[in-house]
Amino acid sequence: MGSLLLVTIQVDMHDRLAMALQDDLTAKIAETAAKGVLIDISALSIVDSFIGRMLANIANMARVLDAQTIVVGMQPAVAITLVELGMTMPGVRTALNVERGMQMLTGRAVDGDVTSEGDGESAAL
Amino acid sequence: MKVLRCESIQLVAESDIVASRHKCRTWATEAGFRLVDQTKIVTAASELARNTVQYGGGGKLLIELLDDANRSGIRLTFSDQGPGIPDIERAMQDGYTTGTGLGLGLSGSRRLMNEFAIRSEVGRGTTVVVTRWRDR
Repeated sequence: MGSLLLVTIQVDMHDRLAMALQDDLTAKIAETAAKGVLIDISALSIVDSFIGRMLANIANMARVLDAQTIVVGMQPAVAITLVELGMTMPGVRTALNVERGMQMLTGRAVDGDVTSEGDGESAAL
Repeated sequence: MKVLRCESIQLVAESDIVASRHKCRTWATEAGFRLVDQTKIVTAASELARNTVQYGGGGKLLIELLDDANRSGIRLTFSDQGPGIPDIERAMQDGYTTGTGLGLGLSGSRRLMNEFAIRSEVGRGTTVVVTRWRDR
């Protein structure tokens, strides 16, 4: 397993900042030969079509660079609004939180489907 | 129907799009909208403010708090003196854009709000008015 990048978006980004993040992150993936990218958007109170497109772009560019992207922590109100807006974000995988996203990237089983794992979900990763 | 309060803000620079999101959030919260509705209002505002800045060459946003019999509402009016939209019907379709966006701004914000009206004249500008209501 190669390295993973964890990006936490903590500010309401204006458009140029979102574009800069897209470029910086793509460069970082190449530089570190990362195999996975986790983007935590739990602090974002809205995702409009511009931010949605940026997330989709990152996922697509990462895929070309042989890395998987998972967007984690989307607030329920944001998810409802995105669907109504008509934003589909093709190719973007999502997970409920950082821990689940890590499990997806590292290929570990998510609790529930797998037997005899108990609730050892919080094991160190 | 009465207008209880109003405020006008400039939409010229990119940072004004962010400012309009914050203003609309504050107004929607104060008007008592629940979180999902606040999110829809703010998202629609973001889409329409971006249209005003990017395609309209800048303009302004008027935010109004409405009072009507047994409901209250928030009305957002985006206006610019830009090039106008030659074919509104086409511009309202999902995925149609003359720029680099996804073409969801107008059609998407219509879905997010309860009322939607657009008026545009080529060479004179565009005005979009959206309203979301809340039962009391």
